[in-house]
Amino acid sequence: MNGGQDLGGTHGHGAVKPEPNEPVFHGDWEKRAFALTLAMGMPGGWNIDMSRFARENRRPNEYLDMTYYQVWLAGLETLMKERGLVAEDEIEAGRPLHPPKPVARVLKPEDVAKTLHRGGPTERDTNTKPAFEAGQRVRARNINPVTHTRLPRYVRGHVGTIERVLGCHVFPDSNALGKGEDPKWLYTVRFDGRELWGDQADPTTQVSVDAWEPYLEQA
Amino acid sequence: MSGHDHEHDHEHSDLSETQLRVRALESVLIEKGYVDPAALDLLVETYEKKVGPRNGARVVAKAWADPDYKARLLKDATPAIAEVGYAGRQGEHIMALENTQKLHNMVVCTLCSCYPWPVLGLPPVWYKSAPYRSRAVSDPRGVLKDFGVELPKDTDIRIWDSTAEIRYLVLPMRPKGTEGWSEEQLAELVTRDSMIGTGLPKQP
Amino acid sequence: MAHDHDHHHDHEHGSDLDEMTLRVRALETILLEKGYIEPAAIDALIEAYEKKIGPRNGANVVAKAWADPKFKEWLIKDGTAAMESLGYGGRSGNHLVVLENTPNVHNMVVCTLCSCYPWALLGLPPLWYKSAPYRSRTVSEPRSVLKDFGVELPKDTEIRIWDSTAELRYLVVPMRPPGTEGWDEEKLAQLVTRDSMIGTGFAKRPEDLQ
Repeated sequence: MNGGQDLGGTHGHGAVKPEPNEPVFHGDWEKRAFALTLAMGMPGGWNIDMSRFARENRRPNEYLDMTYYQVWLAGLETLMKERGLVAEDEIEAGRPLHPPKPVARVLKPEDVAKTLHRGGPTERDTNTKPAFEAGQRVRARNINPVTHTRLPRYVRGHVGTIERVLGCHVFPDSNALGKGEDPKWLYTVRFDGRELWGDQADPTTQVSVDAWEPYLEQA
Repeated sequence: MSGHDHEHDHEHSDLSETQLRVRALESVLIEKGYVDPAALDLLVETYEKKVGPRNGARVVAKAWADPDYKARLLKDATPAIAEVGYAGRQGEHIMALENTQKLHNMVVCTLCSCYPWPVLGLPPVWYKSAPYRSRAVSDPRGVLKDFGVELPKDTDIRIWDSTAEIRYLVLPMRPKGTEGWSEEQLAELVTRDSMIGTGLPKQP
Repeated sequence: MAHDHDHHHDHEHGSDLDEMTLRVRALETILLEKGYIEPAAIDALIEAYEKKIGPRNGANVVAKAWADPKFKEWLIKDGTAAMESLGYGGRSGNHLVVLENTPNVHNMVVCTLCSCYPWALLGLPPLWYKSAPYRSRTVSEPRSVLKDFGVELPKDTEIRIWDSTAELRYLVVPMRPPGTEGWDEEKLAQLVTRDSMIGTGFAKRPEDLQ
């Protein structure tokens, strides 16, 4: 979606402000919000693409005004409410008011390390062949879905070069909507800075994105 | 005019509202049996204490000290990093990017905050914020300036926007005057920012 | 998040409005005392746009275009001159372009970048015209925006959206409703709504005047 999260190339946000000796978590609630988000993935049954969409799918000013873990929290609440796991009145009361939904699995402490270690690899086997090869010129298509996509606006319509063919990976545009993994060939596509930002841009800048095949067409 | 103060008050009440909400949520989820409190504590401990940039520093130091390892790392980083014992969530597909005199690599996730957790831990706030996400791809030299870094005018800068599940680790240039150093000593020079591309390694 | 919707409402009705009033008053006092502005001029500006300049101007222009084919031709060819001949003009109306709706083409006007609007003929723009939903969606999904106004066009009607990015200001001449043959300009003007001159509505029908 063309939402608040699609920030590449936007202006007005000011300088980058690194914090010296920054703690991993800025407050106890951030730790809890982080852990709850990871732990709920198992009983919740959503995938990472659904959770990204849940975070970004809100009014842009809401998204941009929230801190990072506030966005995580908002996304988590959306995902849980959508699935009837918790209701707003329960969160406000701070205790269950409705019976829990039966869930298939809950993350146990003894499973934490191996769950983290396993992660969520997205590469899948395929019988198909990639449409593009390294060195080929491609154009990022001008797609504007209102749902989840990982093709940023700043590259759409622009021509770049396939740098690498990365294998077949779960396709977020489909996975986020519960339409299945639908794996597609994934490519690193490199764009010249001037192609993206105009003639006056720094000639030493090159930007790449990792784009799935449906995002691309022959140039 | 109390505008500024009002904003601060608003921020504070906003945050304490969030704190209360998280606590409430945690109670509800535990009581409903969806989450195990011990699992939650372990998750926090893992990323607060155990997994962090020291992991990546070891990988970089090893690559500096051992040319064969460096070759393996650049060819296929995921198994090479696993050799050192790091793997898993948000690092299932890692690619190492070598900085040279001619080429400087920078990593960003304009769309959210994708970051190679197993080697760098959780990303810092600046990496996840609008200024970095918006300007890294369009004004990398300006961003480097915010970090106090200036590169030669003719160095190419390559920004990698992590739009898929590939995670990027920058292999900074080995500082001069470190010949014969042990991996442990070398690792001390490797800063987190140098592995993102917004900083340079320390000098001896 | 518990706070979003309700919290913003509290904000609007409580301290934030007072804060704005206080701030503006403070500013006005300072500017007056420094001699940068004259109070009577401020009052005159407010009165001009609150009471005097409004969509009735545009309605009169449209009514004349409906009643007088030669005027309509001139209006479309040279909107600024034709409008000025009726005594209208000035700020945000110096370069007027008039767009005629037909059964085949429906025109809509927006300013995606801020709130440009033909003040001289329509007065100041309504809140919705200046807001993010209209500014963001009109250029990409006009039919969905029209639906928000309760307006539906035939599937094959072409919709032309005009984004007012420069100093040209656009006025839509809606289609003249049937059953108004022989009506004088004053009566016709009553059918012309503000929204119909932006393109988010149709002119009223004779029966709507009952």
